[in-house]
Amino acid sequence: MSSRVDTTGIKIGMWIFLYSEIILFGGLFVLYAVYFYRYPEFFAEGGKELDRVIGSVNTIVLLVSSFSVAASITAIQLKKKKTTVALLIFSLACGAIFLINKYFEWGAKFHHDIYPNSERLVDGEPGLNIFFGLYYVITGLHGLHVIIGMTLLAISLVLVLQNKIHAERFSMLDNSGLYWHLVDLIWIFVFPLFYLVL
Amino acid sequence: MDTHEQHHILSYGKLAAVLGALLILTVVTIGVSYLDLGIFNVPVALAIASTKVSLVLLFFMHLKYETKVITISFISTVIFLAIMITFTFWDVAFR
Repeated sequence: MSSRVDTTGIKIGMWIFLYSEIILFGGLFVLYAVYFYRYPEFFAEGGKELDRVIGSVNTIVLLVSSFSVAASITAIQLKKKKTTVALLIFSLACGAIFLINKYFEWGAKFHHDIYPNSERLVDGEPGLNIFFGLYYVITGLHGLHVIIGMTLLAISLVLVLQNKIHAERFSMLDNSGLYWHLVDLIWIFVFPLFYLVL
Repeated sequence: MDTHEQHHILSYGKLAAVLGALLILTVVTIGVSYLDLGIFNVPVALAIASTKVSLVLLFFMHLKYETKVITISFISTVIFLAIMITFTFWDVAFR
């Protein structure tokens, strides 16, 4: 028996998992859309409470990290191990910056008494309560995905260093990259819908 | 063995060009959000987001160079998502 690796199969498997993720977030966005339709003015008011600068910085950070992950896959195929390692470390640093920004952003919200079940939201307008409820669920679930994506990239980085991922066999890195790009895709929709609402 | 395994390698230049386009579109979304386009506010924001998503999918995620199985199954997922969104809106809008 030769140990032939079915790279196409591995990739299809990863994509099928990504479809389930798309539907998961898709469902949350439908929820957002329906409540936006019902409470447009409160969604706009809630959006103004969010920090546009942090949102924009995080968008750029994620886009750049997506680029560096894609470039690391090019590098591994060109047998440039050092470049791959450097690009992956850079991507992980971007992920960390994203999470640190998120920490400060959420911290500021908590400080202003805006968090699930806070007095200000519970006793205030239901539209605002729903906006921030969705904000915490969607950005929270997205943040969880950032952490998972960083874990996968870190594992890939270790495997590259151990020469277990190389130009002939790099499915692990490829799939971790796909997951990381999915995280980016979701953020591309989160950013205009929450931070830039009218 | 792996003869069919001809993985398309994207050049750094091409990836950088995609990143450039994505960053420009990000600036455009932020800029547009300051304009009041009335009922076009949301469609414009979503159109720009969809363009960005397509760029990420096609190039960063390699969808442009994948086998048919992945392309077709991806399109089916998008169709399912569209069905989910439309049917929910039919319910909400005509309740």
